[in-house]
Formats: sequence, C-alpha cells, structure tokens
Amino acid sequence: MLQFVIRRFGQSIVLVLIVTIITFFLMNLAPGGPSSMMRMDATEAEREAIAEQLGLNDPVIVRYGSWLINAFQGDLGLSLSSGQPVLDRIVERFPHTFNLAIWTVFFSVIIGIVLGIISAKNRNTWKDHLINFGSVIGLSVPSFWLAIMFILLFSVNLQWLPSSLVTGDSIWDTIKMYIMPVLILSTATLPTIVRFTRSSMLEVVSQNYVRTARAKGLKERTVVYSHALRNALIPVISIIGVLIPRMLSGTVIVESVFGWPGMGRLIVEAAQARDYNLVMGVTVVVTILVVLSNFIVDIIYSKVDPRVKNIG
Amino acid sequence: MKELLQVKNLSVEFQSDAGKIRAIDDVSFNVKPGETVCIVGESGSGKSVTSLSVMRLLEYENGSIAGGEVLFENEDLVTKSQEEMRKIRGNDISIIFQEPMTALNPVFTIGRQLIEGIQQHQDVSKKEAWDRACELLRLVGLNDVPVRMKQYPHELSGGMRQRVMIAIALAGNPKLLIADEPTTALDVTIETQILNLLNELKEKINMSIILITHDMGVAAEVADKIVVMYAGKIVEQGTVYQIFDEPTHPYTKGLLQSIPSDTDKKDRLYSIKGTIPSLNDLPQGCRFHPRCEFATDKCLQSEPPLLQENDREVACWNFKEVLKEKVKL
Ligand SMILES: Nc1ncnc2c1ncn2[C@@H]1O[C@H](COP(=O)(O)OP(=O)(O)OP(=O)(O)O)[C@@H](O)[C@H]1O
Ligand SMILES: [Mg+2]
Repeated sequence: MLQFVIRRFGQSIVLVLIVTIITFFLMNLAPGGPSSMMRMDATEAEREAIAEQLGLNDPVIVRYGSWLINAFQGDLGLSLSSGQPVLDRIVERFPHTFNLAIWTVFFSVIIGIVLGIISAKNRNTWKDHLINFGSVIGLSVPSFWLAIMFILLFSVNLQWLPSSLVTGDSIWDTIKMYIMPVLILSTATLPTIVRFTRSSMLEVVSQNYVRTARAKGLKERTVVYSHALRNALIPVISIIGVLIPRMLSGTVIVESVFGWPGMGRLIVEAAQARDYNLVMGVTVVVTILVVLSNFIVDIIYSKVDPRVKNIG
Repeated sequence: MKELLQVKNLSVEFQSDAGKIRAIDDVSFNVKPGETVCIVGESGSGKSVTSLSVMRLLEYENGSIAGGEVLFENEDLVTKSQEEMRKIRGNDISIIFQEPMTALNPVFTIGRQLIEGIQQHQDVSKKEAWDRACELLRLVGLNDVPVRMKQYPHELSGGMRQRVMIAIALAGNPKLLIADEPTTALDVTIETQILNLLNELKEKINMSIILITHDMGVAAEVADKIVVMYAGKIVEQGTVYQIFDEPTHPYTKGLLQSIPSDTDKKDRLYSIKGTIPSLNDLPQGCRFHPRCEFATDKCLQSEPPLLQENDREVACWNFKEVLKEKVKL
C-alpha cells in the first residue's frame, strides 16, 4: 500500500509538472498579454512599469521557474486582474465545482449501473433499445444546447427549477438548484457508464463461475447481483477514472450557462483577462483533483478485484 | 439394483442464428447408486450438453430440453420448476466443470464460495458452515486449510482449484456427482491425483459418479459402465469389460486404438480419420459412416437404431463384423 502511494505520488508530481509547463508556455504564446487588458487610458510608460513590476519582461523560462518555486511553497501569487491572492479566489470558487462534480459522479455511477443492468437483463427488448437510444442522444447532443433547452423548458416555461445559482433556504431549494446542472454534466459520463455496465454484465453472465454459482443451487438473485455484478463492475470502475476529467471539463460550459461561480467559469474568466497566475492556479488545482480522484478509483478497484495485488 | 438416475430419450436443442440445432438426440442411460458411469466421445459429441441438461442448467443459456425424461430417484427433473431444481442442485446432484481455472469466482475467497453453498442447503450457523468448509477442504486433500479458506482462486494452482471445486460439489453430500472432464486442463500427475481422489471419495461417501472424458484411458481406470457418444447420439454402451474386451462399434474401437500404450511409444499415435461432423450438417444415414472403415451401402442410407444385445447396446448395422476383428491394445 505504502509503496503504491509513494509511486503514485511521484507519478502525480510529474503529471502536474507537465500540465503546468504546457499551460504556462501555451498561455505565453497567446497574442497580447496581461498589459493589453489594463485600463485603456494607461500610458505606454505606465504599462512598462507594471510589466516590469510583475516580472513580465523576463524570459518565459525564468518566469516559469520562479512561479514553480513559489508554487511549491504554497504561494500561487496574486491574481493579475483583481489583485487578490490566487488561492483565495480559488478557495472561494472551489466548493461550487466540487459539489457539482461529486453529485454528478454519484448520480451517473448509480443511475448508470442500474440502467446498464436493466439494459443487459432485457437485452434486445424495447427497454434495452430505449436506454441505448437515450445514451446515444446524451452523448451526441451538445451540452450547451441541451442546457439552454432545459432552462427554456424547466425554468422559463414550467418554472419548476431555477436557471442559476440561488441561495435557497430549504434543502429542497438546494436540490432544485442542482438538478439541471447535474443532469447536463452527466451527459458526459452517464452514457458511457451505462454501456460499460451493459456489455460487461452480458460478458460476465456467460462466464463459467456464474454457471458454478447456479450449480450450487444459489438463488438467481444471488447469482446475478452478487456473483455476476461484482465482476461486471470491475471494468466499470476503471472507466470512471477516465470519465472524471471529461466531466470536469464539462463544468466550463455548465457553469457558464447556469451562472455558477465555480472553477470552470473562473478559468474562462482568467484566460480572457490574461490572468496568468490565476490560470496556472486553477490548472494546478484541477489537475490535483483529477489525480486524487483517480487515486481513489484505483483504491476502490483494488478492493473489488483481489487480483490487483500491489495495492493493499 | 434400483436405478438412481434414468435418462430416457433425452433430446436437447439450441437456438442459434442458423436456426435450431439438436445437440443431443434420443440419449438414454442409467446410473445405479454407487456406480461410476463414464461418458466418452470426442470434442463436440455432446457430453457436456448431456450433463448440463441433467442439471437443467442449459435453460440459462440458449438451450432447451426438446424431449425425454430425466428421472432422479424416480422423479422427473425435466418437469420441475427452476425453483425446485435449485433445491436439488449442489445438494442431491453436484457438478464439477471442465475448466478449473475459470470455474471459481475470481473476486470471492475460497471460504466464501464454499460456505455460501453449504448455507444454501443446510440450516447451519456461519461458524458451523466454516467448520464444515474446512472439513471438506481437508477431505479433498488440501493442506493449510485455514489459510486456503481466505485465499482467492488466483492464488491457487489449477489442481488445487479443481480440488476446491470438488469440495464445493461435495458440500451437500450429493447422491450423484457429475464430473465434466475434471482433469483435461490439468497435467498428468495432477490428473492421476484427482482421479484417485474421486475414486476414494466415492468409496467413502457412496455416491454415484458420471465422469465425462474423451480419454478412454481415464475411463478404463474408474468406470463401471461406459457410454460412448458421437455427434449427439449414443453409439454404444456397456460395462467397462464389454467395451474394452469386445467393442462392437467402429467408433469405440477407434477410441480404444487411440489410447497411447507404453509398448508402441515410437509409433505415431493412432487417431480416427476425419473429424466429427457439424451438427447443422449431419451426414445421411449413420452419422459415423464417412469415417468408418466398415461402412456399407446400408450405412449411407439409414441410421442404425440402438440395438439391445444382452445387457449392452450398440448402434451399428455391422456390429457383428466389428466384433470379429479384435482390437490390439
Ligand atoms: N450454448 C450453445 N449454443 C449452441 N450450440 C452449443 C451450445 N453448447 C454446446 N453446443 C453445441 O453442442 C455440441 C456438443 O457440445 P458439448 O459441449 O456437449 O461437447 P463435448 O462433448 O462436451 O465436447 P468437449 O470435449 O469439447 O467438451 C457442439 O457441437 C456444440 O457446438
Ligand atoms: Mg464438454
């Protein structure tokens, strides 16, 4: 276990480094710079002075180096657009995205597995076809369009659900607030989970050990939900690790459409303002989030599949 | 003696893309208490299908019993509901499968897989079930039993897994144990050990065994009675002495000649010419005639019935000629 954690930690650091390097250099390739976003009436001299003060005139490598050194000490710098510490801005936005992501994962894993099982058990019947059709729609319809349609239907016409973040009093208000964003965000994850569960289940039920379970005289329920499902979930768990980054990138659109003050929207704002420090900060945090979630997925995987030995 | 199991005119069909195929056709044989019956035949002759249909396990796949009866202690299993069958499976009748490497669930411990079978049929506490499971593992010759109980299948060798399978099968003190090629996937020394184990157990707990094999050598060691199957039909059956001393079907004869003997190691191993026909493209007349050196015009035209000849059965028009020509073993 410890060995696994250490190895994983090393890999994660390398990953974060690579991601930050790419982000940093790409950002500097983009035309304009933070100075171009300053007040329009700033004089050339003022611009120069500010650029000098922020160290923007140093070579890219030097700037990345000093950013990295500071970052390792927990200092992500000041936001160039607001002057606040980057960390503060992230901490303020983080919970919104985190909650959205957690609920989306829960929702799509549970519903995805249930629908996958229903699909497999009713293979080639209308239920299966319906679920399959829904998956295809979910995967292929652009989420921003779907989000707008949802808002038009449920917020504007029916007035059932709020179209943006509202601070409600009751739990029910909070739940209502989450319904549409979670649904939209799930279109990035749910269909894949349904399909994986379905095909995995179908493969597993023809395995020899399922026959053995029946030959023992076990109840059909035990055979399917204990012997077969436990095995069928193994590939499903591993795909969840792949889906989490996909879902996190979906937050950019969902948060923008629903006006959520989360990190997905923050990174868009930061990029538009050429706020290098803020973009870097959000990138680091999101990368760590992905790394952590994959770590958790791997732990669960090793608990479900005893053949994965090296994780305790 | 009374029969424990009577399979009567059993036929099984599979629904496939190419339509219905009849995997076994009009199969009848009996098993007495304490008797070992071997079903032999090449790959694809319908041995596994026969055993699975006795357990009524084919319905979970795409197979169905198209006709016949399976009388177990004079009760017809074919007409029972799956719910009723569940009480018999793993209890009165058990089965060991061909593939020990995949027959155990990879995500559960050996202990759990044994205990759930025990608790399914016997009203015992978890502790009692655990003790019984340990006892069974000892019975099948495993050591370090408490350790084994907590291990997962992938931590055991093929031979050990097959022993675990046998232990699972014995959990309910079955009256009939069906062993479907229990040793085919194992190497020769392990094969002998497992066969010896089955023989010992049979004596100890007085159960009947249906042993399925494509190896006449194995049948010779353990069988009281031999049923020879070819392309879904029984072509010959009799006692082990009848089959080995006076085979009356050319196919049986071919199988006997295929047994590797110590004396002719240098010679090429004999094998019956040709291959078993596909079920959806069976030859006219006798199913074996394209591969048969005794085939006559009659064999091409009509299928031989299973003839009763003092306590043995053979489906061959020319069995008298076959009988005349002694096999060299
Ligand atoms: N689920 C199935 N669907 C369609 N055909 C099947 C199915 N199971 C078995 N068969 C067919 O039934 C025939 C007999 O198969 P069976 O498995 O009983 O052979 P076997 O004698 O056990 O051979 P082996 O020695 O390889 O185990 C084969 O032709 C096989 O293709
Ligand atoms: Mg078989």
